[in-house]
Amino acid sequence: MSEHMKLYEVFIRSRRGLDHKHVGSLHAEDPAQALEYARDVYTRRSEGVSIWVVNSSDIVASQEGDCESFYDPLDDKPYRHATHYQLPDEVNNM
Amino acid sequence: MTATDSNEAVLQYAVRLGDDALVLGHRLSEWCSNGPFLEEDLALTNVALDYIGRARMFYSYAAELSGDGRSEDSFAYLRDCREFTNLLLHELPRGDFAFTMARQYLVDEYALAFMQALLESEDERLAGIAAKAVKESKYHLRRSRDWMLRLGDGTAESHCRLQTAVDDLWGYTPELFELDALETSLVAAGVAVDSAALRPDWEAAVRATLEEATIELPQADWSVRGGRQGIHTESLGHMLSDLQFMQRAYPGLEW
Repeated sequence: MSEHMKLYEVFIRSRRGLDHKHVGSLHAEDPAQALEYARDVYTRRSEGVSIWVVNSSDIVASQEGDCESFYDPLDDKPYRHATHYQLPDEVNNM
Repeated sequence: MTATDSNEAVLQYAVRLGDDALVLGHRLSEWCSNGPFLEEDLALTNVALDYIGRARMFYSYAAELSGDGRSEDSFAYLRDCREFTNLLLHELPRGDFAFTMARQYLVDEYALAFMQALLESEDERLAGIAAKAVKESKYHLRRSRDWMLRLGDGTAESHCRLQTAVDDLWGYTPELFELDALETSLVAAGVAVDSAALRPDWEAAVRATLEEATIELPQADWSVRGGRQGIHTESLGHMLSDLQFMQRAYPGLEW
């Protein structure tokens, strides 16, 4: 059965204020079922407050061969990183 | 009713509801590692765990009411077939996937309405268990109803299997709505659910789902009952020999 079913990527937001994080993938017939299985497969220990499921085939991914042109030019541009700020202790998730 | 009588009546009622939950939970757990595919395997065993958790809550309450040293395990592992008082629908062998989901759907429509009514119980402990069960059953129903539509309106094979399952299950459903003397007195005391009153809504919901799933409503020309009196189908004893094996072979075993 599963070889006929579509693959979905699952994203879960573990609590309010945080981003959805990719947690894995699963097979399902349609988006509604994928959402239910995501609940059963990935939130069994109450990990989430929100779930996204996305057709795996809808994800456009960068390729290994693009590494050089994509990322190397950034190495000498440290001013693009927000690393020189003093953060107050209260800011946990930056 | 005297206080002792009423205590004993609530105990028996809690055991009935515990038996319903344990027996169905065990049937669902039999799918563990046998599910049609990984995702469904996990989903089914999640539901199984919900039911086994529900059984523990009802049995623990019954054990407290007994006050004679019995524990939840005494009820689950140390009673024989005739002492189990679950509804027959819950104990039927799991059959094929269509049978399991059709039974689950019929039970879920009932369980959700039942637990919502139990929320109003005068007995705070029963109402507390119901509060947890309602949330679980809402999700169970969403899943099982979804499968009814998928299987009924799926392939010729899935349609045929689902129709057969619904036909085979139908005669076990009237028992869900029958009250004996114990339950009638507990309904009067505001403790138990008047399950007979749940029937019209249950029938309307099931009828609508079957229609949408292109499944024919079975003829109501046979029915079986007896679970509440300990009169069971032949399959419960076999199931208990599996479920109780460890405690029977090694009494008092813990791990």
